Amino acid sequence: MTVDFTFDGRPMTAESGQTVGGALLAAGVLSWRTTRVNGRPRGLFCGIGVCFDCLVTVNGEPNVRACLVPVSHGDVVVTQEGDGRG
Amino acid sequence: MAENASDAAFDVAFDVAVIGAGPAGMAAATTAADHGLRVALIDAGRQLGGQYFRHPAPGLTAPWSAELHHGWAEFERLAARVETSPRVEVLFEHQVWAVEAVEAVGSVPAVAAVGSVEPVPAGAAVGSVESVPAGAAVGSAELAGAVASVGVAEPVSVAVGTAFKVLTDRGPIAATSVVLATGAYERVVPFPGWDLPGVFTAGGAQALLKGNLVLPGRRVVVAGTGPLLLPVAAGLAAAGANVLGLYDANRVRGYAKHPIPLLTNPAKLAEGLDFARRFLRHRVPLRSGYLVVEAQGTDLLEAVVLARPDGTGRRRVECDALAIGYGLAPQIDLGLTLGCEPRYLADGTVALRVDTDQRTTVPGFYAVGETAGVAGVQTSLAEGEIAGLAIAAQAGGGSRPADAVALRRRRDRQRAFADVIRLQHPVPPAWRAHLTGDTVVCRCEEVSAHAVTEAVAELGAADARTVKLLTRAGMGWCQGRVCGYAVACLAQRDPDVPPSAADLLAAAKRPLARPVPLGVLAEQDRRK
Amino acid sequence: MVVVGAGMVGAACALYLARAGLAVTVVDRGPVAGGTSGAGEGNLLVSDKGPGPELDLALRSQELWRSLAEEELGARGESFEYEAKGGLVVAFTPADFAALQVFAATQNEAGVRAEEVPAEQLSEFEPHLAPDVAGGFWYPQDAQVMPALAAARLLKASGAALRLGSAVTGLLMSDGAVRGVRTTSGEIPARIVVNAAGLWSGAIAELAGSALPVQPRRGFVLVTEPLPPLIRHKVYSAAYVSDVSSSDAALQSSGVVEGTPSGPVLIGASRERVGLDRTPSYDALGRLAGQAAELFPFLERVAVQRYYCGFRPYLPDHLSAIGPDAHVAGLYHAAGHEGAGIGLAPATGELIAALVTGTKPMVDPEPFRPGRFADGCGCSEEAAR
Repeated sequence: MTVDFTFDGRPMTAESGQTVGGALLAAGVLSWRTTRVNGRPRGLFCGIGVCFDCLVTVNGEPNVRACLVPVSHGDVVVTQEGDGRG
Repeated sequence: MAENASDAAFDVAFDVAVIGAGPAGMAAATTAADHGLRVALIDAGRQLGGQYFRHPAPGLTAPWSAELHHGWAEFERLAARVETSPRVEVLFEHQVWAVEAVEAVGSVPAVAAVGSVEPVPAGAAVGSVESVPAGAAVGSAELAGAVASVGVAEPVSVAVGTAFKVLTDRGPIAATSVVLATGAYERVVPFPGWDLPGVFTAGGAQALLKGNLVLPGRRVVVAGTGPLLLPVAAGLAAAGANVLGLYDANRVRGYAKHPIPLLTNPAKLAEGLDFARRFLRHRVPLRSGYLVVEAQGTDLLEAVVLARPDGTGRRRVECDALAIGYGLAPQIDLGLTLGCEPRYLADGTVALRVDTDQRTTVPGFYAVGETAGVAGVQTSLAEGEIAGLAIAAQAGGGSRPADAVALRRRRDRQRAFADVIRLQHPVPPAWRAHLTGDTVVCRCEEVSAHAVTEAVAELGAADARTVKLLTRAGMGWCQGRVCGYAVACLAQRDPDVPPSAADLLAAAKRPLARPVPLGVLAEQDRRK
Repeated sequence: MVVVGAGMVGAACALYLARAGLAVTVVDRGPVAGGTSGAGEGNLLVSDKGPGPELDLALRSQELWRSLAEEELGARGESFEYEAKGGLVVAFTPADFAALQVFAATQNEAGVRAEEVPAEQLSEFEPHLAPDVAGGFWYPQDAQVMPALAAARLLKASGAALRLGSAVTGLLMSDGAVRGVRTTSGEIPARIVVNAAGLWSGAIAELAGSALPVQPRRGFVLVTEPLPPLIRHKVYSAAYVSDVSSSDAALQSSGVVEGTPSGPVLIGASRERVGLDRTPSYDALGRLAGQAAELFPFLERVAVQRYYCGFRPYLPDHLSAIGPDAHVAGLYHAAGHEGAGIGLAPATGELIAALVTGTKPMVDPEPFRPGRFADGCGCSEEAAR
């Protein structure tokens, strides 16, 4: 079963049950956040919810840990800039 | 449900709250439930199994999925027991941010502790351990080398009337006893470029594979130190990654010096041989004595540079993913904030001090599995069971069943083996020598090695706490889980001086175990 | 000479004493800013102070802080996140607002700039403030620094010799006068010893055979996730002012909310007298959270990442002790600033330097006389509680 979502407006498809981070990585996207001080790209690091590096904005909600949250049909995933509350 | 607790008082709805539904937590929960106790098994995630038995959601499979797990049958048996037990309530998606000790009004027998209690400062409850008879003297048995069972048959360590509130983002859960089974997270140390996308912790790469069946990259380097690197490399190779090398920073020679723990844990030897076969089959090169000194790339990882600790033997390996880890660190913040005493291990990790029945120094609060010191899945299973039996014996007021003796013996043997592993896989102190001034130390707050050095060398920061105050290192989203060990090391001006116990403790302790929405925190007060 | 205490007050004393030409050694049992200085928000406030000696000290300090930040250290790039952001005090009820108007009028006469802001104009100051507010006052002089960094920067600028990790175990005395300090890392001879040991200043006074009735008053501060500058000023409810001046031992809490240059929002301020107990009080934390959400409803969904616990060095009459000891020659006290030590530090250091060198002080030292507790100011009963 597959799930359709968008990342920065691009249509994407994931396997049902994958996390947002897993789905993005499977699609070849390694980074979905830029840091607040130096604007550096970040993506998955610890993969288990400890490091908070993979924060991303999902359906308007910032600071979602991409490694933990399962991707749902119709999710709008957007690269998070800085604190995500801009 | 505990979430619907009434205003000033609350019902102690559970005999036991088990925090963490990994192997240790599942074992504790099922054992306690089998002895008639009402158990809440709490987990932040959505599935049983924790990190070790992390598995894909139903319907997601790959031909090689089976190769990712050891002991899967054992997990299925345990999961079935959890799922069919009428006395285990599984509470998924509950993020525990603190545990509060409270004292019941009047003396309520532990097992029937349903009734009105009033919160009091935790210190009061903690202090009462001192008035408990000597049998409860946590730590002394352990220090004496686990002489174990003599004279500990009386239920002594849970002060009558003491209970806990497990504070979660979905409200408090009240229980007479708490079992901390929150596992461990990976320890890493900084190196130039480690913040590039494409650099993963070894456990992170494994979690991605186990949970999503997704590879972190096609060409992968596995590096760091410790036994976790073996299944990570094997899993990646089985899933089709080109594992360009498994580099352990430590030369693995010392095992021969500790024959007893090796020979008394034959399963470990067999496991090692099995990995060797798999690496041969997938042509994974094994190297020891090399550490990653740099990750290269502009916005993505392109290559890693490896070298011997003294900087010689540099080699550059082009790759699109690096899986790196320097061992696991117990996740014990909930216990430390509650007031449990720590125990310092040979590899610089900090665990909770426990007695032979897994009791911490806070009466009624138990630590099992990695929270008592990283020791692997078999130890976790044994300790979960030991704690479950101990709590049941406590609640029933009877003596401990005989099978606990065998369990404890097995646990002690496994812990001895884990201690040997720890000695063989320290973080090589040379990591500091390869930092550059602009290497990010704290990834969350983007604090550079230069800023940390300045704080120590010029601004009078002599400990990790002051480094943090002056630089913000460790003040970000992860609250120092990632950089805490490194900052503890860097707080020592002399790189040859190991981090202080106080700084290691500071790295393990954080006041809130999870970020808490302000509205959830406010409920603490509004509920009154 | 020796300054005991490498916190904010000790650092300021070291700086102004060094500027007066004295060779200073700073001794601390811990690191820089290891006590109260490392556990506060770094407020430089005049808004919470009514007319009196503490306000005079605060007003002088505001001038010194600005000069340190913008001219002296700031010009050399030695930043400590000084922000002259101003404070906004808001009242939730007409009665509170009326009381605030009276209070502000007295402050205005004493040299504080306090400007009334009608309810409908508050959103111009704070667009995200709760709508149901009766009115407020704007205090443009209120400012903030990063306290640990400020202490470290001032210490460094003083050029003082640092003896960190050295606990003072005794005072060297002869003929009723100080001759130095004994520490865990040896003796340091000195004709003058400044006791800026904060919470431990009572213990230092005792080592000299004197006394200072300093007690801890606990406070928690919540720290949120980093946010964009949604909260522009220091914002607090009018109830805070009465909490500060209260002597009650029980928990008092009033919402004090402010953003920081680094992003996180800091939320205080609770006050309890519970000794040095660090056991987290989730009730106190919850109270703070609720009060912050009353001021800024959007905070409800913002993550609190951590909190810290600190102890204010409290003297029974809520006024610090600055000046020579009543009995021991050469011993000076600069302690007991309660929750205002960061704000009051520079003027305290300046006053100590003036008293030590015999030059004319900028602030009247009489009300701060440490001996006032010994000769019965009516506070001794309070201190004994």
